[in-house]
Amino acid sequence: MLRDINFSVAPGEFTAVVGPTGCGKSTTLSMICGTDQPDSGEVLIGGRPVDGIGDQVGFVFQADAVFPWKTVIGNIATGPRFRGMPRKEALAEAADWVRRVGLAGFERYHPHQLSGGMRKRVALAQTMINRPRVLLMDEPFAGLDVQTRQIMSDELLSLWELTRPSVVFITHDLEEAISLADRVVVMTAGPATVKQEFRIDLPRPRNTREIRHTPEFVKLHERIWEALRDEVQVAYRRSVTAA
Amino acid sequence: MNAQGPRSSTGTAPADPGPADGVPDRPVPPLSEAAATRAATARRQRNRRRVVVLTGRVLVLVVFVGLWQLLSSTGTIDTFYFGEPSGVWTQLWAWTAHGTSQGPLWDQVWVTLQETLLGFGIGVTLGVVCGIVLGRLSLLSDVFAPYIKTLNSIPRIVLGSVFAIWFGLGIDSKVALAVVLVFFGVFFNAFQGAREVDRNLIANARILGASNAKVTLHVVIPSALSWITTSLHIAFGFAITGAIVGELLGAQQGLGLLISQAQANFDPDGVYAGLVITAAFALIAEGLITLLERRLLRWRPRPRSSGAGS
Repeated sequence: MLRDINFSVAPGEFTAVVGPTGCGKSTTLSMICGTDQPDSGEVLIGGRPVDGIGDQVGFVFQADAVFPWKTVIGNIATGPRFRGMPRKEALAEAADWVRRVGLAGFERYHPHQLSGGMRKRVALAQTMINRPRVLLMDEPFAGLDVQTRQIMSDELLSLWELTRPSVVFITHDLEEAISLADRVVVMTAGPATVKQEFRIDLPRPRNTREIRHTPEFVKLHERIWEALRDEVQVAYRRSVTAA
Repeated sequence: MNAQGPRSSTGTAPADPGPADGVPDRPVPPLSEAAATRAATARRQRNRRRVVVLTGRVLVLVVFVGLWQLLSSTGTIDTFYFGEPSGVWTQLWAWTAHGTSQGPLWDQVWVTLQETLLGFGIGVTLGVVCGIVLGRLSLLSDVFAPYIKTLNSIPRIVLGSVFAIWFGLGIDSKVALAVVLVFFGVFFNAFQGAREVDRNLIANARILGASNAKVTLHVVIPSALSWITTSLHIAFGFAITGAIVGELLGAQQGLGLLISQAQANFDPDGVYAGLVITAAFALIAEGLITLLERRLLRWRPRPRSSGAGS
């Protein structure tokens, strides 16, 4: 599936990975995370090879992965509880994060009572409370409607500013990638390799909606789309002939 | 006996927009007059429906018992075989007022209740523990699979005679039979429930820092709970069956013994009276289990009430 995936993320850097469907982006993430091992080669975090699930990574899933039987605050407190923090302290810290993601007043709600966007906020807080050095996100906002996506992008950036983890953010959406990231990595259609990397020198703090209208953004979008288009077409043709 | 699925799916809900997004607050907008009337109409319709359902239920009972009484008093059906409602009522009254041939009625009920509850409790505990453990440890479940299938496929009611020999005529043999009947239903559901846990949830728990034990405690068990509670309804029926059948096979006390004595005396009213008492406590138990289920699964979206089971 994968071949010659070679890229590095500087500490505190926000990297977005774009590529056609089914090119192995998610597999790459699970290797960084430690849930999968590469057949050859290795993944290093902070200079040390990844061996199993480490305590320095956080992962935000595409699908809902919050625990439906726990309340909002219970969900957010799980990370610290799993890592051995006493209940009271964990809940106090979770209460801070509830406020940070704008869910104050919803502490005792269960996930099914929340909207998709609110559940995503719970998932973000649940991951960020562990203060991961590496934050992995696998199309985290894919299931949300366009407006909610925009709001969540801004929320994500402000949360990221708080603890400044290195981020690997996988997405299909090139605009989303450019508006969020310091760097955009374009993958080829499988066997996946890194095709090209682009530095995004847009100023921070950013407003992910307004920045899309700046000429710099438009220019970057054109350049990166140039690289991405061929791969998308290859993947598309392949899916058509396979069908 | 296969695992019964939970009543409503509990997996991750697909993109459900739910309440309005954006800045979350809890709006309780003042109802406009039109909306208020609409709500009132809806409430009235719901109430009317409830009344209709309840009346219907009572009507079915009245028609059934009435027809039975009518047919037996006019001699259309033979009371020697079918008994009659008034006879059942007289029998129940006689048992309550003057006791049964084995002593006070309450003692008989209490013995059977004890057997049922003990059998249910032990069977459910064993079933849940074994189901979760085997569901989590695939090596163990692979080793035990053929034996469990074999044990499940033999007609377990036959074990009643074996238990009567092993444990004698006291309550032990009935409890044992109830345990065996209850165990498998609960076991298969707990096992299936432990297997069907959403992979994403397990991965999420692991990445958040959970050990194997904590994954089981915080993810697998709560997730399997909806499967397990579903099986409890059927399991209680099995527990009663175990207790009564155990008593029919040989006992010194209990409702089953009352029933078998009535049968030996060609007294159908006595048999039905025993059944009525059994049915009464089965109904009460069903209600209690439903309450427990609601309590344990409060986190689940309420299923639309379908009338059945409420």
